[in-house]
Amino acid sequence: MAKRDLLGTEGMTSDEIVAILDSAEAFREIAERPVKKVPTLRGKTVVNLFFESSTRTRTSFEVAGKWLSADVINVSGAGSSVSKGETLLDMARTLDAMSPDCIVIRHQASGVPQWIARHSNASVVNAGDGAHEHPTQALSDAFTIQQHKGRFAGLKVAIVGDILHSRVARSNVHVLTALGSNVWLCAPPTLIPPAVEALAGSGGACLRVTHSMDEAVADADVVMMLRVQFERMNESFFPSTREYARLFGLTPQRVRRARPDVAVMHPGPINRGIEIDDTVADAPCSLILDQVASGVAVRMAVLYRLMAGA
Amino acid sequence: MASTTRVQLFDAGAMGNLLQVMASSIVESHPDSPIILIGIERRGVPLARRLAEIMKNWGVQVDVGTLDINLYRDDLTMVASQPVVRKTDQPADINGRDVVLVDDVLYTGRTVRAALEALNDYGRARMIQLAVVIDRGLRELPIQPDFVGQRLETTTDEVVHVRVSEIDGEDGGWMETVST
Repeated sequence: MAKRDLLGTEGMTSDEIVAILDSAEAFREIAERPVKKVPTLRGKTVVNLFFESSTRTRTSFEVAGKWLSADVINVSGAGSSVSKGETLLDMARTLDAMSPDCIVIRHQASGVPQWIARHSNASVVNAGDGAHEHPTQALSDAFTIQQHKGRFAGLKVAIVGDILHSRVARSNVHVLTALGSNVWLCAPPTLIPPAVEALAGSGGACLRVTHSMDEAVADADVVMMLRVQFERMNESFFPSTREYARLFGLTPQRVRRARPDVAVMHPGPINRGIEIDDTVADAPCSLILDQVASGVAVRMAVLYRLMAGA
Repeated sequence: MASTTRVQLFDAGAMGNLLQVMASSIVESHPDSPIILIGIERRGVPLARRLAEIMKNWGVQVDVGTLDINLYRDDLTMVASQPVVRKTDQPADINGRDVVLVDDVLYTGRTVRAALEALNDYGRARMIQLAVVIDRGLRELPIQPDFVGQRLETTTDEVVHVRVSEIDGEDGGWMETVST
């Protein structure tokens, strides 16, 4: 039997996405139980291999694995044998020799999870590779939208901020366009990757680019803000943080341009006062903490899909 | 040439009577304590709802819940296709309550074993009983039903199913035999 991986959302069909979201609905219930543990993945081993710092994603995978009774081992890149000069391939082979069932990997370089998947017998989950993909985040975001909107078709979803460095944006574009939402990408010209329209795929869904925040949020059902990834910026992408906040920050005034039942989302961690105003981040329309709860349910669904059964 | 013979065990009307009799014996054995009926996904769920409807008609207090046992299966590493996990919905705290599990057909007993393990994670019921529409025998575990609609002697190459209108569009019980 071929092993299964989750390396990206590009090319996923809406049926595959809906199947994961539906089972996430069942897994969400486990968080409400007095005993938050089911025996499903008893005896399976999950290795969390993180070469970049992460709080929510790593913890979320750890909680998801433990609630399914898998043994979860955390390995961080800093302090690992790679920092002693071991190549990534040797490290992958070493881990593989311990027969893990699943490797969850985050790496600063795009393509590393795909490459590890080819050299490992374990199921590989991409937990974020460079500016490429972060599939479980996008699936969690879709789950959060489904919980609050009940549908995807025809929704206007504005994704605003540092699109250039955002793997979350790319994965979300694939998921949301596959499900039939209209996606608007909004950023200063320096933070939009070239030929980004090609991400929409052939599904006929709508993907638009604008540099005007007011246009992006107008009548939006969902506004998804992205963090300005200063740590990935080795040159100047905009004149000043203050100007960026003024032009592309989500303020209460801008929220009012969206639909009255707008959902404000952010994959976190948030830079308060830069891409999102304090009052908006903490307002009832903000689903930022719902996204974290969704993350555990969706990651349980993904681990179940990759490891349970045949 | 393999051929399949299909025999109807009971039709919609007879199935209604079976449920009526089951509801009656469940109520009689719990004269004081309000019970919780928990249907095992999938066909146990509409059956539990129907039993509850009958009981409510008699003025009997009853809660209904649903239970998906797929996360507790003992054959997850062996089954060919991955089971679809459905939502479990517990209406009330089961601690100290009388619980009756409801399913369509009792066969090996492995589903019931998984259901017992799952229920354990929700609390400690005062007692747990089992109601099934058909008991076809051939148990592989020491599990017996407390309320049975119909008992049947079968062999492992026979297929027994209960169909319910909520899922299958019709009510009734059937047995299929494949002969070569």
